[in-house]
Amino acid sequence: MATYSDLSLHVRLFLKGYPFSRYAIEPGLCAKLSKPLNQSRVALVTTAGLRTPDQQGFDHSNKKGDSTFREIPTAIASQTLIESHRSYAFDHLGLAADTNLAFPLDRFRELETRGVIGQLNHRHFSFMGSIVGPGKLMEETAPQVARMLREDGVDVAFLTPV
Amino acid sequence: MCNQTVCLVQAALEREGITTVSISLLREVTAQLKPPRAMWVPFPMGFPLGEPNNPDLQHQIIAAALRLLERNDVPVLENFKVIEPGTTNLHE
Repeated sequence: MATYSDLSLHVRLFLKGYPFSRYAIEPGLCAKLSKPLNQSRVALVTTAGLRTPDQQGFDHSNKKGDSTFREIPTAIASQTLIESHRSYAFDHLGLAADTNLAFPLDRFRELETRGVIGQLNHRHFSFMGSIVGPGKLMEETAPQVARMLREDGVDVAFLTPV
Repeated sequence: MCNQTVCLVQAALEREGITTVSISLLREVTAQLKPPRAMWVPFPMGFPLGEPNNPDLQHQIIAAALRLLERNDVPVLENFKVIEPGTTNLHE
C-alpha cells in the first residue's frame, strides 16, 4: 500500500515539502456524462512513460521533468510497449511483466467486446510523470491532448499514474 | 509526481467536456489536487491496477473506478476495497 510512510525518506521529504495545493484544480470542474457508458467513446491516459518501439524515449535529463506525450494507437500489441519512466520511487518489474498494470489496453478491449463501453478510441496518450515543474504541462501539452481527444469525439477518459 | 500529472491532465480533459476518472496511488497528493473523480487503491507505487497478469483484479479495479463516472458531487475521492472471495457486495 502506498502512503507517505511507505516511501523512502528522500521521496517522503520531497513530497511533504512540495506545494501540491498550489496546483489544486478549480472547484466545481465537472464534465457530466453525456450518454451511458455503453454508448461512450473511451480513451486511456497514463503517466507511466510508455511508448511504442519506434517512438523516441522521454527526456530523463530535464530537472523540471519532460512534459511531452506519446500517442499510443489502439491497434498496438500491448506487450510491445516500452516503459521508460525515470522514477526510482517504484518497482519497474510489475510494468515489465504486464503493461496493463498501468495502461489497461487489453482490459478495455475486453470491456468493448462485452459491450460495457461503447467504443475504444483509436488512440491513447502516455506521459512520463515525475514532472516537478508542471507549467508547460498545464499550459501546453495537457490542453493539446484534451483538444485532440475532444476532436476524436471521446466522451470518457480513464487515467492511471504509476 | 505521477499522481499530480494525472490530476492536471484530468483537469484539462474535463475542461474540454470529457468525463474522467483517475486512479490514485497517493491519497495525500490527490486530496490536495482535488480532481473531479478519483479512486485511491491500496497498492504500491508502480502497481495502480493491483498485480501484473491478474486480469480479474484489474477488471475489478477498473469497474469500481468506472462506477464513479456518474458522480457529479465533485471532487469525489473514494477508496477501492479488495473484494474478498464469496462476498456479494463488490464495491463500497
